[in-house]
Amino acid sequence: MAEILLEHVGKTYAGGTQAVRDVSLSVADGEFIVLVGPSGCGKSTLLRMVAGLEDITTGTVTIGGRVVNRLEPAERDIAMVFQNYALYPHMTVRENMSWGLKNRRIPKDEIAARVEEAARMLELHPYLDRKPRALSGGQRQRVAMGRAIVRQPAAFLFDEPLSNLDAKLRVTMRGEIRKLQKRLGTTALYVTHDQLEAMTLADRLVVLNGGKIEQVGRPLDVYHRPASTFVAAFIGAPAMNLLDARIEAGHLWLAGVDLGRVEGEARAVTLGIRAEDLQLLPTGGLPLRIDVIEELGAGRVVHGFVDDQPLCVSLPSGAELPAQLHLGAAPEALHLFDAITGKRLPQSVHSSAKVHA
Amino acid sequence: MTASPLVPARLAAVRRWMARPAAHPAKLAQFDRPLAPWLFVAPQLLIVAIFFYWPSVQAVTSSFYLEDPFGFGAAFVGLDNYRDALASNEYRHIAGFTALFAATVTALSLGLGLLLAVKADAVMRGSGAYKTALISVYAIAPPVVGLIGMMMFDMHIGPFTQAAALFGWDMRVGIDYQDTALALITVAVWKQIPYNFIFFLSGLQAVPSSVREAALIDARSGWRRFRDVTLPLLAPTGFFLLVINITYALFDTFGIIDVMVKDKPANNPITLVYKVYLDGFKGNDIGGSSAQSVILMVVVAALTVAQFRLIERRVHYG
Repeated sequence: MAEILLEHVGKTYAGGTQAVRDVSLSVADGEFIVLVGPSGCGKSTLLRMVAGLEDITTGTVTIGGRVVNRLEPAERDIAMVFQNYALYPHMTVRENMSWGLKNRRIPKDEIAARVEEAARMLELHPYLDRKPRALSGGQRQRVAMGRAIVRQPAAFLFDEPLSNLDAKLRVTMRGEIRKLQKRLGTTALYVTHDQLEAMTLADRLVVLNGGKIEQVGRPLDVYHRPASTFVAAFIGAPAMNLLDARIEAGHLWLAGVDLGRVEGEARAVTLGIRAEDLQLLPTGGLPLRIDVIEELGAGRVVHGFVDDQPLCVSLPSGAELPAQLHLGAAPEALHLFDAITGKRLPQSVHSSAKVHA
Repeated sequence: MTASPLVPARLAAVRRWMARPAAHPAKLAQFDRPLAPWLFVAPQLLIVAIFFYWPSVQAVTSSFYLEDPFGFGAAFVGLDNYRDALASNEYRHIAGFTALFAATVTALSLGLGLLLAVKADAVMRGSGAYKTALISVYAIAPPVVGLIGMMMFDMHIGPFTQAAALFGWDMRVGIDYQDTALALITVAVWKQIPYNFIFFLSGLQAVPSSVREAALIDARSGWRRFRDVTLPLLAPTGFFLLVINITYALFDTFGIIDVMVKDKPANNPITLVYKVYLDGFKGNDIGGSSAQSVILMVVVAALTVAQFRLIERRVHYG
């Protein structure tokens, strides 16, 4: 158990590609941190640098008070779960779990006890003497977890461990990973491109974009106060609506509709509204021309256009919808971003007009 | 060719290797008519029958006869040819050298091939151009290497001989038994290393990088990672190469031996295959030569079966 400290960590590959740029992050003991971002954002590279599988070009990585930049992966006191499990195909489940311990000269009975304990936790008992080939994807995933658990490391590193599983199993395993990590209290770094996985697992989310940290925060904070249009569009499904709007004469204008009072001089802004924050109004408000309706069973997502800008709305299932909807949103549900940099603007919108439900 | 009766055993080994359980078994083709599959394999079967089975049967048959050197008749002599061969001191001596030769050549060419492959693999992970460059050199060389090796040990112009002379070693390949044995083994190993290298290298490259990385986290010692993870994953390749290398040492070294000891004084080391050839084609003792080749065939078949029984069960096919 230990905290992990990243200070100005950067990775430049031979050839000049900068995969990770100046990442600083402090992970508390026992914390579950999820690194999330689209493919190519540097999240896996960052994790592999902590693991010691990639050289660190700049900055320092500290695990449990020890700078590990120059240490071999085996000396860093971490355990890693790989996307394709990376089990040793010629070893039985038991051997897979105990090999790493044997190499650390841990006494035989201690190894047996740890494997026993892990097998009990992960319900792997019936498979201990099988080879990975004879296991299903979910079972292999458990073995990979078991191999990490028996090590009793300072930190778990997960590299998209669930992406090879089917959707249903993914949800189950997600819950198990979370429970297990809480129970063991081991610090965890978890990489995923799945924002739902990130939201449900993380104590804190780290959203990465182009090798840089875009935002760090608790899942709900990130969800409710995205720091940029990138985060706004990445976290949450359906993605947050981002619309071109204007601040003029102390009011926010979209498609000729006054959305409320706002400070600041006249400028173009990007307005973010989550689909579920929009409500139907009897009249007035934002006019939405319906294009497509996705029925999800529990609800429906209506896609349409406001003045030629695409917008989607989450609505409860039920009545037939007219060709044009009138929409409103609470002023605190309106997010303002700089139209050029995409960064969140400090201003908030205050109620003034009739658009607000 | 004298080696022909033994080729089926070797082909069987290759076939077993090719037929090892694949990660994704190929789909089985279904034929409506039972004759169709036989027609497809007929050309291959025909070749096998004419060039492998027919000579084998011939060899077995003639091993029971004493043939007139000029082909004017043959007398049935039962097991006499076998008895003569096995009772001969010379035969036993050559058998001893053959065993030593095969063991040394196999061990050295496998060991060195693996060593080079491991080193090359470490350098060229990920760098494709380098890989191609290395492999293409090794792929082109083998047929030429045997001949070059023989020139290297030439008594008059061979650089190895000259180098040995610098240390006061008067190397007389083709005259001195020990020197010739050394040269034979060196050239035979040299010729076989690239072959093993390519197979081992492709075996190494087939080890998933995430498995290597998992091992990197699990074990600090590179030797342990190699012994406990890489080597077992290379075992199928290694086993295949073991079978191939033993048959290589026993049969395919014929050309090397022929070039090195032909036209040289007697008392040079030769292997059983070369003796089969000498007795049959130089000595015109078809019966005796056939008996020897049958013995050789039985020995190699037994060896191959033993390898599959004893070693293969410990091999993990991925």
